[in-house]
Amino acid sequence: MAPLLTMHGIDKRFAGIPALRGAELLVERGEVHALIGQNGAGKSSMIKILTGYHRKDAGEILFDGDAVEFSSPQEAQRAGISTIYQEINLVPYRSVTENICLGREKRRFGLLDWSAMHAEARALLARFNIDVDVHRSLMVYPTAVQQMVAIARAIGFEAKLVVMDEPTSSLDEREVEVLFDVIRQLKASGVSVIFVSHKLDELYAVCDRVTVMRDGRTVQVAPMDQLSRLDLVTSMLGRELTQVLQEPRDAPLSEGDGCKPVLKVQNLAVGRKVRDVSFEVHSGEIVGLAGLLGAGRTESALAVYGAERPDSGTITFAGRENAIAAPSDAIRAGIGFCSEDRKLEGIIPDMSVRENLTLALMPQLARRGIVDEVRSREIVDRFIKRLGIRCSGPEQRIRELSGGNQQKVLLARWLCMNPKLLILDEPTRGIDVGAKAEILSLIRELAGQGLGVLMISSELEEVVEAASRIFVLRDGHTVAELTGDAVTEQTVMDAMAHGHDSAREAAHV
Amino acid sequence: MDTISLKLFQGIGRYGVLLALLALILFGWLRYDNFLGAFNVLSVLRYNSMFALVALGMCFVIITGGIDLSVGSTAALSSVAAALLSPYGVLPGLLGGLAAGLAVGACNALIITRLNILPFITTLATMLAASGCALLLAENQSVSVSYESGFTELGQGDFLGFPIPAWIALAAYLLGSLVLNLTSFGRTVLAIGGNEDAARLMGLPANKVKALVYLASGGLSGLAGVILAAQFGAGQPIEGVGWELFAIAAVVVGGTLLTGGVGSVGSTLAGVLLLGLIFNILNFENGLGWISLSAYWQSVIRGAFLLLVVAIQARLSMRTEEAA
Amino acid sequence: MSETATTLSTEHRASRVDTRILLTRHGAWIALVLLILVNLAITPNFATWQTLNVNLTQVCTIVIVGVGMTLVIATGGIDLSVGALMAIAGALAPLIFLGKLFPLPHPAIGIALAFVIPVLATGALGWFNGWLVTHLRIQPIISTLVLFIAGRGIAQVFTNGNLQVFNLPSFQFIGLGRVFGIPFQAILMITIVGIAAWMLRRTVFGRQILAIGGNERAARLAGVPVASVKQRVYLISGLLSGVAGLIVIARNSAADANLVGLGMELDAIAAVAVGGTLLTGGRATVVGTLVGALIIQLVRYTLLANGVPDAAALVAKAAIIVLAVWLQRQSHR
Repeated sequence: MAPLLTMHGIDKRFAGIPALRGAELLVERGEVHALIGQNGAGKSSMIKILTGYHRKDAGEILFDGDAVEFSSPQEAQRAGISTIYQEINLVPYRSVTENICLGREKRRFGLLDWSAMHAEARALLARFNIDVDVHRSLMVYPTAVQQMVAIARAIGFEAKLVVMDEPTSSLDEREVEVLFDVIRQLKASGVSVIFVSHKLDELYAVCDRVTVMRDGRTVQVAPMDQLSRLDLVTSMLGRELTQVLQEPRDAPLSEGDGCKPVLKVQNLAVGRKVRDVSFEVHSGEIVGLAGLLGAGRTESALAVYGAERPDSGTITFAGRENAIAAPSDAIRAGIGFCSEDRKLEGIIPDMSVRENLTLALMPQLARRGIVDEVRSREIVDRFIKRLGIRCSGPEQRIRELSGGNQQKVLLARWLCMNPKLLILDEPTRGIDVGAKAEILSLIRELAGQGLGVLMISSELEEVVEAASRIFVLRDGHTVAELTGDAVTEQTVMDAMAHGHDSAREAAHV
Repeated sequence: MDTISLKLFQGIGRYGVLLALLALILFGWLRYDNFLGAFNVLSVLRYNSMFALVALGMCFVIITGGIDLSVGSTAALSSVAAALLSPYGVLPGLLGGLAAGLAVGACNALIITRLNILPFITTLATMLAASGCALLLAENQSVSVSYESGFTELGQGDFLGFPIPAWIALAAYLLGSLVLNLTSFGRTVLAIGGNEDAARLMGLPANKVKALVYLASGGLSGLAGVILAAQFGAGQPIEGVGWELFAIAAVVVGGTLLTGGVGSVGSTLAGVLLLGLIFNILNFENGLGWISLSAYWQSVIRGAFLLLVVAIQARLSMRTEEAA
Repeated sequence: MSETATTLSTEHRASRVDTRILLTRHGAWIALVLLILVNLAITPNFATWQTLNVNLTQVCTIVIVGVGMTLVIATGGIDLSVGALMAIAGALAPLIFLGKLFPLPHPAIGIALAFVIPVLATGALGWFNGWLVTHLRIQPIISTLVLFIAGRGIAQVFTNGNLQVFNLPSFQFIGLGRVFGIPFQAILMITIVGIAAWMLRRTVFGRQILAIGGNERAARLAGVPVASVKQRVYLISGLLSGVAGLIVIARNSAADANLVGLGMELDAIAAVAVGGTLLTGGRATVVGTLVGALIIQLVRYTLLANGVPDAAALVAKAAIIVLAVWLQRQSHR
């Protein structure tokens, strides 16, 4: 039988810059097909062309035997292609039912039949084992549930092909398992799935074949089980992977050597998510904050940074207690903060690399409110070189850079201030493997020079590798402090999910 | 977000304006003799039906996250068109005015969806253009309507003892409410306002729905223009100044979020009546003779009222945010 | 347009000669030059001081208000109250120098106060707008709608809606005076534009304005004092509206609270849009606003001078606005 989808010789340019050059993608009926590649390799462009969000410049697309060129996601959906996007694309104010049924409403006598739609929404969500009141606004539910709703919506269209662009980025392990069950059900019923993910484990768990993209081209297509992890990574990067992924860990800082912590947080409580959190960071060490989604990691960090107001507890930074009430105080005291959401809370897309890099430093770069352009240029040039930021120059707009390079600019935004403490919230999210390794080794180097680093990451492997000490949060409480040899994926995981408590928490989500 | 405060917030957004309206009516009824007399009630309804129509269109536009600044001058243009056609009968006058409104609405729809220009700027431009066209058509003066053809009935006549313009507005609001709540078009309007990109990626015909919403707003403004001409016996090329902002104020007072995604047709009507009654009560107050406030106070009070409502809304939404 | 656009996104691409990009980025300047050339060709007596002065004085108040509007829009906001604030300043000043508000010890003091108090008053109201936006977190369009509706009413209540006529050359210098044959108001306008353009490019405040418009959350987390910057921007818009209000009444030798600044918010926004400032914030050009206002004025002048009725000029103005914003979008793709 002919394949369900053939994309052949796809070309696409954005503002003259090629994003796809003769890319290929072939998906059989009833298979789960992995699409992988570094950021900027062209996966997203490929998917957006398939789903009619962008127009291709050249090439052909055969879907279910017909040559197609969708001009809108709506057309693609009608033809049987449902898509789940990386960022949850739903309407927060509207009810769960509406979010699932919008676009294929049930009608009676020409008017909407609400009870039938509620019933359908409930039936679809039942497959995911989650308990949701379909009448309520979507925004009252946590991100993971919203992601499930997005998936339920896509499946509800009875598509022939379901495209999932990093669907697991906001799901915990149990939820990922549920999703995989659903994918297997889909497959069993003859539906094909295109699965995009940066997480190799997931690909091996659920995918049949893989297409690897690099620089806008398709570089490899193979059955999943015939490629080793190293093969995959090598073909994504296009070069031999050295031991970047496995550097020896720094020796843990010796305890009780009299050095005072630069940051000490005691019994912190913030809103509902943070109840009783304590941790500390010394100069020159990388401290990890581990925990499941919703454990209160980001909120604790924001409180340290003055972006959230603590209800109780003490935050001592550089010897001063509770002296930080706003981000500007934190910055003046010597704290830098890289948010987990680069696009929303990090970059200023229309500004240049230079302006983004010097944003926090600017008041110091100025005399009587006037920016010293010469010094600003010097500093920017130095950091572009030092961090290896790939851009056409300091005046290039930051939105044109890849995710990894944007992240480096944001790191530089803080490094140029000579901070005492750097808080990194998911510093490698959405960044390709190569840039990831670079950023991690940079962080390690900085800590070696005496910077205190507080790192939040959902990728256990990464925290365990980088941090010399890990505080584990669960349900807004600090439940464990692990140092030295006690820092292993196993111990962290054990602490994160402790017996009955974890079962309760999982059920709660 | 906390459900209770969210519900409270939505509840106050939805019913707060109704409560305020009832309170105002109660106040007027207790204080003034003829406040709820047939004459006063009917004339308030007759006069405000124009604003009600304009505000209904604005309500839909704002729910999609847009804005329509052209409604006032569209109404002016339509009043001129209707007045010019009124000698040929009721229907030509009505249809002429409506067509002029739809034409402006179509321009808005095309520019916003095809050229992808912000609604604020688009409708600012069409506002100027419609106003220019109205002046050109009317040759810079008011155009009297024909009193022989019965056209003026549309503004001045009654049907079953109820002003015809109020019937028209009532019908429009019933239809609007039905469309918003019980058709997929209405739900798409709400979805677009909640998150336009998402709506697009969900495969909803965002452009088509947006275009129709601006078209409807133009049509409703056209209808308001017809009533304007019929009620005052003349097509008025320079009327309608500030209508758009009055309509926005009414929609906002009615609890519709200006960011889009949330809104209600019924509360918009309540918002219109509320702002209209302020003027009415001011007149009564002057009539009592205790104090004498010039008509200029009307706008000051309206502004203060808008401030009060949005300040309360802001407080409530901050509460809900903090609770989240 | 990019010459004055302050986010400097073009330099690295400047090497690529592309007529379309040239057209879209510098469209406002090209349009202005073309308009001048067309007028030189067809409009009689165009190349005279008289014409220049007429056109400059026509755009003066629009540009002065437009500078404030540019800054507000650069933060991602909007200020609909400018026209109403002009009316308030215009109503207050005669009340002061005519001694109706309080007795004057000396006429000169009256004139000085007639400059200072109205501008401070509108500044305070601008500050109030900013307070609504930053502290109550009400959207700018609604926050400023309050004073749009109430402000003119306040001015009318002050004067009871009456026209205030006066003849006071020392006060009216701001609207009628000339320095070396150039209208003083034009000099004032150029000065304000110059200072604002420099501020936007070179000062921390200017950068912070653009950063807030570009991504408010990111700016906040990078330590930009968002509330205080916004507050100041609305304050500036209020102050400049006050100045513009004084110019209008000085020019007319009369203050009519019903008419001063009527529709100014739309004229100013139109000038900002045509000039190439991004209406969603984050990219702004003050000089562009001047150019935008000149284009709109010149088109109107061209049409009027060649016998087209004023109403038709309105339609032309609408077309220019749409065209300008459309071109801007093309360059931004």
